[in-house]
Amino acid sequence: MPLTDEIDTPDVVVAQETHIKPFTMNFGPQHPAAHGVLRLVLEMEGEIIERADPHIGLLHRGTEKLIEYKTYNQALPYFDRLDYVCPMNQEHAFVLAIEKLLGVSVPRRAQYIRVLFSELGRVLNHILNITTFALDVGAITPALWGFEEREKAMEFYERVCGARIHANYFRAGGVAKDMPDGLAEDMLEWCDTFPKFLNDIESLLNENRIFKQRTVDIGIVSAEDAQNLGFTGAMLRGSGIAWDLRKSQPYEVYDELEFDIPIGKTGDCYARYLVRMEEMKQSIHLMKQCLAKMPSGDVRSNDYKISPPPKSEIKNSMEALINHFKHYTEGFHVPAGETYTAIEAPKGEFGVYLISDGTNKPYRCRIRAPGFPHLQALDFMSKGHQLADTVAIIGSLDIVFGEIDR
Amino acid sequence: MSDDSLIDLAEYISEKLEKYVSSCEFINGELVINAKPDDICKVLQFLRDDRECAFTTLIDLCGVDFPDRSSRFEVVYCLLSIRQNNRARVRIAVDDGQIIPSVTELFKSAGWYEREVWDMYGILFSGNNDLRRILTDYGFDGHPQRKDFPLTGYVELRYDNEQKRVVYEPVKLAQDFRNFDYLSPWEGMTDMQRQGDDKSFVPEHGCRDKQSNVKANIKEGDTKDASNG
Repeated sequence: MPLTDEIDTPDVVVAQETHIKPFTMNFGPQHPAAHGVLRLVLEMEGEIIERADPHIGLLHRGTEKLIEYKTYNQALPYFDRLDYVCPMNQEHAFVLAIEKLLGVSVPRRAQYIRVLFSELGRVLNHILNITTFALDVGAITPALWGFEEREKAMEFYERVCGARIHANYFRAGGVAKDMPDGLAEDMLEWCDTFPKFLNDIESLLNENRIFKQRTVDIGIVSAEDAQNLGFTGAMLRGSGIAWDLRKSQPYEVYDELEFDIPIGKTGDCYARYLVRMEEMKQSIHLMKQCLAKMPSGDVRSNDYKISPPPKSEIKNSMEALINHFKHYTEGFHVPAGETYTAIEAPKGEFGVYLISDGTNKPYRCRIRAPGFPHLQALDFMSKGHQLADTVAIIGSLDIVFGEIDR
Repeated sequence: MSDDSLIDLAEYISEKLEKYVSSCEFINGELVINAKPDDICKVLQFLRDDRECAFTTLIDLCGVDFPDRSSRFEVVYCLLSIRQNNRARVRIAVDDGQIIPSVTELFKSAGWYEREVWDMYGILFSGNNDLRRILTDYGFDGHPQRKDFPLTGYVELRYDNEQKRVVYEPVKLAQDFRNFDYLSPWEGMTDMQRQGDDKSFVPEHGCRDKQSNVKANIKEGDTKDASNG
């Protein structure tokens, strides 16, 4: 094909631009970088993304509907199955909402245990996020090292509640049972060794040329946009807003503990990575404080209307036996009312909007998952970026489909 | 977040938005604003842009189904002000089939939330130009979060080896969904008396266990106070 007719001088050759047809590309739902069952339909102009349309719902199990048919205690395990990377943090939001409606107080020891395991959950979550994020952009070693530490942390879960992941440990009015002997000492020991792992990861990634090339200035979100897009948690802090529910609207014993909130400056993927790394250090600091300050005493409310009586009493007291039976069949009644209760989950604000009609089952339990608005912003964040950058952005969003699809 | 400042804020909002807000109330210490569906954009715009309110983040948007009410649905907007460290909820009552204005112009995060409310409850939002289903399957029929939608659904799917594709079939359960009614006539239904059940009614005078009766009354009063804020 001749180039153009107008070329007179043979020494000037004008190459005709090859025109690339805009095309649509399907990404997922089975793709290792999709972090679960994400289907992305990308409208691309060559290598540049014009529009990203995430298709979600492939893991939808109707959790909110199911909860309407279950008593409050039966509904609790569903929260482990939302964000299965940090199960106890979600249970925390639900039990706090129930407690708000019931108006019960929680024993001090139980509050410390809850905070301790919420912070452990944060570490679990951030290890998984950072290592898989690094894996997405080409670093394998952090994942190999990180999963070893994660396994150790999950052993603590197992020792306290019997399950590595689906804990079902928190209860309205406290926690299911006290920590076993020796667990506090072992956790403290782990808290001392864990920072070394963090240092190793930092030495691998922080100044890594490839990692920085893949993350710096990718997916920048300004502070204003972050608020308008409904960002919370590390996504918001990465954009430079010092907002953390543990500080600004403290629940449990967070107002008695000392910790800092890291914020990012640039609002890009790298800033969000740095924020999460620092949050892990703060979590370890919080865990140590919890272990040091934890008082002895009850771990569950003594009100037998909402918590079952101890086994020893059941053997001797008729009333205790009745209470026990009623607790596990009928459950407890929650006074009519509604509340929106939110906690600072590792991924952002995890909220439960609970409406009770005075019976033993929730009338409506709306779950506000932090990942939902974050994934929604993928279109905004990846516009104009290359395909490979989308992978980095998804990694930095920290999405888990259990909570997004519910 | 002190209660006094929230009460002041409620007064401020009801004064400024007198035309649009029907009432401001406190439920469990949380600010709830009741508005009419047609005014929702104006209400939310004021709450977002006013410096005293500064509710710049739409945290959540969800529907609730009340089949017994005259306006069947309720749509709830949860707002968060990072600057003022406040939360507020705006509730609107929506009839079945009523189309309500979308707030995607005000909050970018509203897009998917409105899609979810449409998907789950069948409430339409005018102005949301991407109102597709979001969580249910492609080609799904019905709105599953409505109270009259059965928990088991209507169809189930399996892979058909002969047709070499996934097929939908009417749902067949080996066992019915067991929904036990544990509601006891003794507790939790204090304001109702069953026929012949004289014991559930505690008379004012001549009560055998007067102490516990008094206690119960006090408790009731307490919860009422709490719900009034």
